[in-house]
Amino acid sequence: MIANYGYKDGSGEYYISIDTDKCIGCAADRACLTACPKHMFEIITDDYDDEVAWVKKECTRALAYDCAGCKPAGGYTSLPCTTACTPGAIKHSW
Amino acid sequence: MNAEVAAATAAPEKKEFWRWQENTWFDESKNWKDAKIITCGIDVGSVSSQAVLVCDGELFGYNSMRTGNNSPDSAKNALQGIMDKIGMKLEDINYVVGTGYGRVNVPFAHKAITEIACHARGANYMGGNKVRTILDMGGQDCKAIHCDEKGKVTNFLMNDKCAAGTGRGMEVISDLMQIPIAELGPRSFDVETEPEAVSSICVVFAKSEALGLLKAGYTKNMVIAAYCQAMAERVVSLLERIGVEEGFFITGGIAKNPGVVKRIERLLGIKQLETKIDSQIAGALGAALFGYTLMQKQAAK
Repeated sequence: MIANYGYKDGSGEYYISIDTDKCIGCAADRACLTACPKHMFEIITDDYDDEVAWVKKECTRALAYDCAGCKPAGGYTSLPCTTACTPGAIKHSW
Repeated sequence: MNAEVAAATAAPEKKEFWRWQENTWFDESKNWKDAKIITCGIDVGSVSSQAVLVCDGELFGYNSMRTGNNSPDSAKNALQGIMDKIGMKLEDINYVVGTGYGRVNVPFAHKAITEIACHARGANYMGGNKVRTILDMGGQDCKAIHCDEKGKVTNFLMNDKCAAGTGRGMEVISDLMQIPIAELGPRSFDVETEPEAVSSICVVFAKSEALGLLKAGYTKNMVIAAYCQAMAERVVSLLERIGVEEGFFITGGIAKNPGVVKRIERLLGIKQLETKIDSQIAGALGAALFGYTLMQKQAAK
């Protein structure tokens, strides 16, 4: 399942998508949990009883601001979350 | 005081143009007492609450009403509304699944499941196993969902930050225009030329833009048409983010508004699958069906 967390507002589209099929039996040992400086990721049991990562509810409405520090302007050349997720489950839309 | 004076000094009757029809239905051709497994889905949404009863995997009845300021009470009232009509008690129900915004506050629920999974399952029942793309236009959020032939979610996207493209947005316009909400859709087609969509995607700014259009000489019907078009464009952009597959189905209250539905179909170039079941109960129906599957699994163990 591709789960898209985020929103679209007047300034643009801000979605983090997680391919939960790649989360099951994570090959990166859940590295996303510690890679994100804001600790936005969390492991949950989804509606189909799979243990997968999701973006915490309280973070989904502020991605444009919370993720800004990890974008090139913040000094990063690549996003810590997508780099840590070696199975390639995490993507940013912006 | 004579009648004329009394009428002139009486407080004006406050009409609630936004108020949509609450309803209760059950299948009179069946007797719930004949069912082996009775499951219930309770969808406590931000604007409406529904209770759906499923007997042996088939829809038996439902009650749809406005959500109050207390989620547990809204859940209880929704279920009581249908149980009173058919002489059922809570003990007669084998399994209850809560869903929606207030799903964790359904006191008698055995399990809570997200509305995304429940809407996909409900749409699969209502529109058949050809349903692949679901647009749920809820009271205060909007969801685009892809599912497989069994109604399992394969891709989803939700926008709950902005009220544009939601039922609440339509209620605001209904009140502003002082036209009952059920009439907005048909009236949006009663225009000589289709106006441009209102440009604002924010409900608050759309309201002030609508007022500006009225001042500029637009008829009420033209303003409604412009708003319906804006809402359609808004949700289509949401849908396009996950892609649109054939087998399109709309759930939620806005599915009853042809002014928005037909404009969405026009923009996408596809027709939605038809159903005779109330589009607002999709989430609760899906929850009840999940309950039925869980009961079957338990029985098989």
